[in-house]
Amino acid sequence: MIWLNVVIQGVLVGGFYALFACGLSLMFGVLKVINLAHGDMAVVAAYVAVFLTPHLHIAEIWSLLVVVPLFALVGYVLQRTLIQKSIDRDPFTTLLVTFGLSVVIENLLLEIYTANAQTVNVGAIGYESWHPGSIFYISYVSLGVLVAAVAVLAILQLFLSHTGTGRLVRAVADDREAAQLSGANYRHIFGIAAAIAFATVALAGIAYGMQTQFAPTSGGVNLLFAFEAVVIGGIGSLWGTLVGGIALGMAQVFGAHFNPEYQRLAGDVLFLLVLAVRPQGLFGKKTSLS
Amino acid sequence: MTLDNSNREAPALSIRRSNTSPLLTLTGSVVLVVFLTIAPWIVPSEWASVLLNFFILVIMATMWNLLAGYAGMVSIGQQAFIGLGSYATLYFALKGVNPFLTIPLATIVCAILAIPITFLLLRLRGGYFSIATWVVSDTALLIIGAIAYFGGGTGKLMPGLQDLSPSQTAHYTYLATWLVALIVVIGTYVLLRSRLGLVLASIRDNEVAARSAGVNVQSARRLIFIVAAAGCGAAGAVLAVSQPFIQPSSVFNIQWSAEMIFVSMIGGLGTIEGPIIGSIIFFALQQSLQQYGVWYLVIFGSLAVVIALWQPRGLWGAFRDRFHTELLPVGYRISHPTMDQVPRGLARSSWQSRFARKKDAP
Repeated sequence: MIWLNVVIQGVLVGGFYALFACGLSLMFGVLKVINLAHGDMAVVAAYVAVFLTPHLHIAEIWSLLVVVPLFALVGYVLQRTLIQKSIDRDPFTTLLVTFGLSVVIENLLLEIYTANAQTVNVGAIGYESWHPGSIFYISYVSLGVLVAAVAVLAILQLFLSHTGTGRLVRAVADDREAAQLSGANYRHIFGIAAAIAFATVALAGIAYGMQTQFAPTSGGVNLLFAFEAVVIGGIGSLWGTLVGGIALGMAQVFGAHFNPEYQRLAGDVLFLLVLAVRPQGLFGKKTSLS
Repeated sequence: MTLDNSNREAPALSIRRSNTSPLLTLTGSVVLVVFLTIAPWIVPSEWASVLLNFFILVIMATMWNLLAGYAGMVSIGQQAFIGLGSYATLYFALKGVNPFLTIPLATIVCAILAIPITFLLLRLRGGYFSIATWVVSDTALLIIGAIAYFGGGTGKLMPGLQDLSPSQTAHYTYLATWLVALIVVIGTYVLLRSRLGLVLASIRDNEVAARSAGVNVQSARRLIFIVAAAGCGAAGAVLAVSQPFIQPSSVFNIQWSAEMIFVSMIGGLGTIEGPIIGSIIFFALQQSLQQYGVWYLVIFGSLAVVIALWQPRGLWGAFRDRFHTELLPVGYRISHPTMDQVPRGLARSSWQSRFARKKDAP
């Protein structure tokens, strides 16, 4: 029964990691950019949700209807300006620029909203859970996040394989020059990929705020988990990211089962093991995205 | 005959390290070294403590510059070795060794710990490498934080410093830090002027060509990673001695990486002077904005982003290209008696040629 609990909680946590990581995976797969500011973007989305909704007179959970499109726009604009400029330079520069952005965002949040912890208020349902057995439980919020993660991944998959724009995104990811020769405006395609990535990160940030408290510095550790999920699952594989997230979540729950201090350590050890034994990840294919 | 002709027409080129007088540079360096050595006795104590933190940042940034600017490895996990250096110092001090004598020991420990880590990390390139360094530092933080002997997550007070008077401790700490910084900067200079420096320059300019010319890229990178780990370990050791309470969350903080990255980028990657200049700017900003919270980090980070995009050789790189001057030259310059200006081609830094090439790409 303990093992069943590890699996269930691991899958629930893994769903959240996959939601957090799919934007990262998309940016990496298409733009070949590792966005080190990804985690901080999620935290910004959560702050916007908490501090904007009183002005809109809606329940905090519905703030995602505003924040998600807003972030898609931010992603497109940021890609067409700063990120594209750094891609034109060097992969090295993209790392430095996104790292710089991450530190700037974190410290701006600290100055504006202080280090106090916040939460996205979802009402009474936030504390409720379903008890199918005597020793394990399933939190409704976590279950909702898992469902959202699977839905986002499925929609992304459908978008990439069945729409014209999705095919363009895959074409640019596979071979930028060839796609360009066929008339694709790769900068615009990059912008679309970044917009999708930022929309998912906004969703992930709000989901994070509903599950637990967050502070300006919460981005870093979540980015680490998202990276681990992406690398364990295999770069560029969307469903691999879900499997990677679940594997990471299960490792963490398993570690925490022995000692709460071992939760993060178990995840890190799994990541390093995968790197040592199978660096391309479980479902890693270097070129394709879907 | 043709040989004679070409000989007559060939200009008399002279190849030199530097176009400033070495004697002038040496005199300037000696004056600076003497001043910084006696500084704690002649400047106010709060200045001495700023200088001490400045030296620690110079050590870290010089090591990061060696990793990223010369060997192309963008590490965002160098705080692993800062933390390990601090805790190695703590370990030896708890065993009864004089804290100041533990600094070289901690440096060696970090170099040894880096060896197995290189076998895992050096298989990875670019962004993968960066993420993996971060995970390694997180793992180190979690393991150290779980050891009760070191006080777990709350940390422990550095023993062995309580017998000295506060002013003695301050002076000794200053001198130790200054000495480590001096060794690190001079050591980096010597390293880059050696055969390894040439190997690194060839890898940076064209890795495939370097490989085909028989350069062992992997072992050069491994050596640089170990040297940078040792240097950051030394920085961690002096940090541990200078702020005697050691806590995992502060010594393993990613903030260290942020500072060393920004300082190197702003000062100028791929130059020895760059990280030092960047550190001066960092402390100037921090000291003048200290009543405004963390705004200095916001400004410094934005400045780093702007410089990475529009001035990738940093402030020192821009200055050097404008005035053709170097304080600590590691390359060679070719000069011609009939020309006042140094011909650009060969004296050009590899960063310049690298980015000049990349700029043209679509």
